[in-house]
Amino acid sequence: MRRALLLAVVLAPVTVMPALAQGSATTGTTATATATATATGNTKTAYHAADAPSSTPVVYLGNMKPVMDHASYFHGILDEFEGRYAPGGSDFRWDGEAWYGTDYNRVWLKTEGTLEHGRLHDGDHELLYSRAISSYFNVQGGVRADIDDGPTRTWGALGVQGLALYEFEFQATAYVSDRGRFATRIEGSYDFLLTNRLILQPQAEFNLYTKSDPARQAGAGLSDVDAGLRLRYEVWRKFAPYVAVSYAGYLTQARRIVHDQRGETGALRFTFGVRSWF
Amino acid sequence: MFTASRTRDGLTRRRFVTGCGAGGLLAALPLPASASPVAPGMVPAATSATWNLSVGRRRIEIDHKVLHAPCIGGTVPGPILRWREGDHVTLNVTNTLHDEETSIHWHGIRLPASMDGVPGLSFTGIPPGETFTYRFPVQQSGTYWYHSHSGMQEAQGLYGAIVIDPRRPDPNACTRDYVIVLSEWTDVSPMDMISNLKMQDDYYVFRQRTLASLPREARAAGGLGAALKDRLQWSRMRMAATDISDVTGIIYTYLMNGHAPDMNWCGLFRPGERVRLRFVNAASMTFFDIRIPGLDMLVVQADGNDVEPVPVDEFRIGVAETYDVIVQPRDSRAYTIFAQSEDRTGHARGTLAPQAGMTAPVPPMDPRPVRTMIDMGMGDMKPGHDMKGMDMSGMSEEDTHMDDMDMSGMDHGHMGHMDMEHMDHQAPPAHVMEVDDPGPPPINVENQNVAKMPVDRLGSPGDGLENTGRRVLNYRQLRATRPGTDRRPPSREIILHLTGNMERYIWGFNGRKFSESGPIRLKLGERVRFTLINDTMMEHPIHLHGMWSELENGQGDYRPYKHTIISQPGSRLSYLVTVDAPGMWAYHCHLMLHMELGMFRTVIVA
Repeated sequence: MRRALLLAVVLAPVTVMPALAQGSATTGTTATATATATATGNTKTAYHAADAPSSTPVVYLGNMKPVMDHASYFHGILDEFEGRYAPGGSDFRWDGEAWYGTDYNRVWLKTEGTLEHGRLHDGDHELLYSRAISSYFNVQGGVRADIDDGPTRTWGALGVQGLALYEFEFQATAYVSDRGRFATRIEGSYDFLLTNRLILQPQAEFNLYTKSDPARQAGAGLSDVDAGLRLRYEVWRKFAPYVAVSYAGYLTQARRIVHDQRGETGALRFTFGVRSWF
Repeated sequence: MFTASRTRDGLTRRRFVTGCGAGGLLAALPLPASASPVAPGMVPAATSATWNLSVGRRRIEIDHKVLHAPCIGGTVPGPILRWREGDHVTLNVTNTLHDEETSIHWHGIRLPASMDGVPGLSFTGIPPGETFTYRFPVQQSGTYWYHSHSGMQEAQGLYGAIVIDPRRPDPNACTRDYVIVLSEWTDVSPMDMISNLKMQDDYYVFRQRTLASLPREARAAGGLGAALKDRLQWSRMRMAATDISDVTGIIYTYLMNGHAPDMNWCGLFRPGERVRLRFVNAASMTFFDIRIPGLDMLVVQADGNDVEPVPVDEFRIGVAETYDVIVQPRDSRAYTIFAQSEDRTGHARGTLAPQAGMTAPVPPMDPRPVRTMIDMGMGDMKPGHDMKGMDMSGMSEEDTHMDDMDMSGMDHGHMGHMDMEHMDHQAPPAHVMEVDDPGPPPINVENQNVAKMPVDRLGSPGDGLENTGRRVLNYRQLRATRPGTDRRPPSREIILHLTGNMERYIWGFNGRKFSESGPIRLKLGERVRFTLINDTMMEHPIHLHGMWSELENGQGDYRPYKHTIISQPGSRLSYLVTVDAPGMWAYHCHLMLHMELGMFRTVIVA
């Protein structure tokens, strides 16, 4: 787990993407490799599927399709909906997403934020178009708006989201702001099943920026981390209360910025929350 | 069979039928075919050529799960239809549903395409308030069934059995003759199931490998290291070895003739009598493993066609298959008919007894099966092993192009076509055959695996049944009592890969779902070999409408005629089809959610 996380941090999303697309790329070469194997006696040149897509569409009686495999679905999940408690100060955090669409094309809405001492920060909301590109990965592009009690920033977003090897949930997104700055966010989580309903989930999110933005407590380089170790109990699939320890903190240059602003540079907190979806 | 519950009177069906009750009592009374209701499981006393069937919704409660079930005559399952071979039957199906159309498909029945009952292919469905009259000659005999082909009505109760008397004397005629319809009951709508599975593919699976189950696995694997290695192997593939059924006993109550296990459907017998049991798997997502502890079962018919009797202790019945077995209980005691779901999350149960009210012990369920690398289409390869470890002795030089292939990676590559000629027990055709070979399916959004070493699994009873110590039926044992009618070798072979992406819950053939594929076009009169390569890690019961599928299982001219064939995970099998029925036909996996999500093709015969 830790190794996978470190790996994710090192790789910028741009370098990750070709690796993910490898799945579809490799199949082309395997197809040619087996072309010789099919021939047993007489040579064959081309594959032909009996059910190949046809240019002449089938006319169904009453225009009734026998099955509906092209429907749209709508789901939303609150991964984090939690109170975080520490002697230094408590806060409330949410992190969720919703999507609507078909197997290939979906619209995603992602939102997260932290409420601390009546002040909202780390508010991040994204509206993305998502396209399935391989067995387990989607490419996502759209806009991100940092809307909270700090100054507002808007970004263009492009990233990947999916299930990496060893069933590791992974997201990496690159952002470019209206002021020409770049940023990256990398998120990962993993479900360890202690029992079929009791699940331990380490999770982490890292933000990187090319330039500092002191008004938003962002520093150049690795700027902040939000991580948690959550133990949830799935009363039902869609409803799971949890206890956790969470850590939110600023790193490197951002840590000095926040320190100079006399803010809290990082805290480990006991956390209680509910994971739910519809 | 099931009547509507009357909760208002405080009398629920649950209380109404207790123990080995109503079924048995009614069974003792001879009832004319027209009489209604006939006891569940009882074959009507006489055949009839005309049936009036009314489709409506009725509130039914079973096992505390209330459903306004679409059904025929207010019962689940619907009435057993008894026909006679050679008759022209007339079936008037009236739709009394308020706002939805319906249809009835006569599963396994050979008939004109327009009578097959698939909306869009055979006809335009039956709108509310209207009656559609099916008329066709009955050209076959045996046990079959019918079900809706509209929406998800079949999953909620619109199904029933068909018994057709042969024209010739029935070699398997018994004084006691029961139909046993297996199915599921849930108050979760199929649309909700699909939506949940699209979000989380293991939504209904609560028997996965966990930390808690690790010690047990370590003992079984001979060490913690081996158990962990196997887990890593599966998680690297992003699949679960515990993925047996998509929808499980967590929401399903498994029914026998509409009876939950504690309602205990009962069939009566006199000791020494031969009892014929006609099993129909009318479930939408569940395979059952059936046994009757204490009794030998003689399998005499499969999918309506007589086979040479095979004595077994147990058999697996795929969705939409039928098997007739004969038992001969000699003792004056009760016997449990035990049908556990393949994933062992529940069972259907009934009783054969000399008197109503008797019960026999219900056996514990077997351990749930765990998928292996064979299911992944890697033949007998152990995780991490490569080709060097395999026994290649059966393969000729020409068949193995080892140099062209890279077998070191587990994710890609394909050698499905090099390995099978020697396994095929039929003689290879002497003439050049036209082959529709799609090649290895792509690894893409809709497909997550390629079976690199698909193997012949016809001799296997199926996952979870291989080392039970019981005699379990396998496909190789099915031998027709009569030779096939079409002795021509096939002139064309159609190879199809069964594919899917469990993670996204998409299913299809050749890496494509239905909406992205064309129809399969067959020429009237031709003889076609269908070859199925299952690249998924699940069983798929594949059903071709309108024409027989003659399973090439090594029995030569006595190959069994089937309408639904289980393709086991990681396997390759083939069957012959005489294309003698013009029109548009459905061809699909009979797991309803798989069909609905893309594992469906239109077959056009012209």
